[in-house]
Amino acid sequence: MTYTTDDRARLGLRESATFDRPTIAAIQRAAETGIYDIRGWGAKRPLPHFDDLLFLGASMSRYPLEGYRERCGTDIVLGDRFGKHPLHLDIPVTIAGMSFGALSGPAKEALGRGASEVGTSTTTGDGGMTPEERGQSKYLVYQYLPSRYGMNPDHVRKADAIEVVLGQGAKPGGGGMLLGQKISERVAGMRTLPEGIDQRSACRHPDWTGPDDLTIKINELREITDWEKPIYVKVGATRTYYDVKLAVHAGADVVVVDGMQGGTAATQEVFIEHVGIPTLAALPQAVQALAELGVHRPRASGGGTPHASGGPTRQEGRGTTGQKGVQLIVSGGIRTGADVAKALALGADAVAIGTAALIALGDNHPRYAAEYEKLGSAAGFFDDFQDGTDPAGISTQDPELAARFDPVEGGRRLANYLRVLTMEAQTIARACGKAHVLHLEPEDLVAVTIEAAAMARVPLAGTDWIPGR
Amino acid sequence: MDTLTSSSRRRSSATCFDLRTVPLRDVNTALHAPGISGEFVIAHPDGAHNVAVGVDAPVKVTVEGHVGYYAAGMNQQAEITINGNAGTGVAENMMSGMVWVKGNASQSAGATAHGGLLVIEGNAAARCGISTKGVDIVVGGDVGHMSAFMAQAGRLVIRGNAGEALGDSIYEARIYVRGGVASLGADCVAKEMRSEHHKELEYLLKAAGFEGDDTAGYTRYGSARNLYHFHVDNASSY
Repeated sequence: MTYTTDDRARLGLRESATFDRPTIAAIQRAAETGIYDIRGWGAKRPLPHFDDLLFLGASMSRYPLEGYRERCGTDIVLGDRFGKHPLHLDIPVTIAGMSFGALSGPAKEALGRGASEVGTSTTTGDGGMTPEERGQSKYLVYQYLPSRYGMNPDHVRKADAIEVVLGQGAKPGGGGMLLGQKISERVAGMRTLPEGIDQRSACRHPDWTGPDDLTIKINELREITDWEKPIYVKVGATRTYYDVKLAVHAGADVVVVDGMQGGTAATQEVFIEHVGIPTLAALPQAVQALAELGVHRPRASGGGTPHASGGPTRQEGRGTTGQKGVQLIVSGGIRTGADVAKALALGADAVAIGTAALIALGDNHPRYAAEYEKLGSAAGFFDDFQDGTDPAGISTQDPELAARFDPVEGGRRLANYLRVLTMEAQTIARACGKAHVLHLEPEDLVAVTIEAAAMARVPLAGTDWIPGR
Repeated sequence: MDTLTSSSRRRSSATCFDLRTVPLRDVNTALHAPGISGEFVIAHPDGAHNVAVGVDAPVKVTVEGHVGYYAAGMNQQAEITINGNAGTGVAENMMSGMVWVKGNASQSAGATAHGGLLVIEGNAAARCGISTKGVDIVVGGDVGHMSAFMAQAGRLVIRGNAGEALGDSIYEARIYVRGGVASLGADCVAKEMRSEHHKELEYLLKAAGFEGDDTAGYTRYGSARNLYHFHVDNASSY
């Protein structure tokens, strides 16, 4: 029999806070298998996050804008520092890099469809560019990864931007491992590897090692593409302040900072939960670095002239020193329009979503509850993306499972979700009196915990106290 | 070529650029022009980075001097000769064509390259042929440590000696070494030289201008394929 909470209280059964049931299960699993746990998803532990921040809506001292009537812009420009052709996106929510290999072909196609429908970008991943993804993506960012699997200059030229990946939030400092069961004939062919073997994705780039080399590497990519493409640099959140400064010095047009809640297709549990810092802690560090270099957009870093309305003008595209700006994309745990608005208020120019996009496509949907349970998981808990057994047909290379997923329907669901995120962010921005979501600023925020106040560098609610200031 | 500056000129049948007077950007732009053919000479590179990168045309390019990082990077179709030494990542991610270094090459020569032929007449530093995906590399002299690390496909011929951890975590690439090997990396082993390997090596040596070598003096190395599937019993091998 299974005891209820009341039964346990009556019997005096007390669970250890240190050795709770998941911990005991993990020890038992390790003892039985002799191998660490590998899983997908991102950090699941409780962390200070955007939930710990609140907006100060307009009242006497601020004028709100009329909902459903007065315009609140959402368009953004990414990559106009050096790139001849920056991306002009309709919304400040982009799709993060996820590989074909980790995801099925139809799932990648759906990401392109959904993003394109609402005028935003999607991103390739390890393993290169697939025709269906390029074909369905109005704006496609091509990831330049350490493994260089499928790296093809023809694809670089077809991309709308290039993202040099140094790391990701789920595993900064780590490479990847796509297990053999997901190395189908097509995946193997794209990666020039034998079918069915465990495929290692390197943690370091093979032909450069430090920030000075990165400068030359970025220039190589610019020369190859005749300085047309914006170049992003993506880092996993750790020493974010320094990494962002180095990325800017190396010539990045856009810096992408991925917090530890950012997802992964397959990483050691110990890595996901114990390496990196929360998105909330990383974002202000990144903004500080950009602001000190004079390349952060003026309003959110406290400079510049307020604008009454309209989208980001050329003037706003410049940093506080008049230099062209470097845009900041933040990812890792973005779920709602409130998260979007809070990230923008803290100084991001855009956010990227990965896990949330997969959920929108149908990942962890209750309709597959029985099948999740057969796999020893449950709807809402499934994170074994590494196994290729995803009943939703998203994180798999099994043709039968992948065939369950309809890319047109998936794209529609993603577009719906992206619209909701955008409308929610607009709702909050209007309440704060902003005619553009990029006009949100740290002054609009307070924190409800001391930890969040310290990390986000905004006052604890009801006080003027910012811990550490 | 009408858009080139007056500092570029034709020398005999080749179009010449002097990097002391023509910006690298202009040179690479010219080499990216649609439908180009013929020969190009780049003078006075003086160690410049990113010389002749991203070329995708059946042209011959001769660089008269030493180059910095990533010379001939991502080359497609072109035959690029460097009459000097090359810095880090020469011919990185080459897809096809040929890159010929008359001198020595720094680290990561031919990194991740998918196809074509890279010849280095002198020595190559560490990580030569790292993560290759199909390129053929022939090195006249020695190679540094960790060469052919995680090499997936293609061939690496070393006429001299190899440094430590040769072929660490190698996949399906094949390595031929005439000299000594300081040490082998994880999962890299010596293998039998069968007739097809002698034939393959002979072809590569001839292509690189070393047809006088006796293939019997070479040893073949490749993957033992013991680490293709992660298993805890192999934890000490990594």
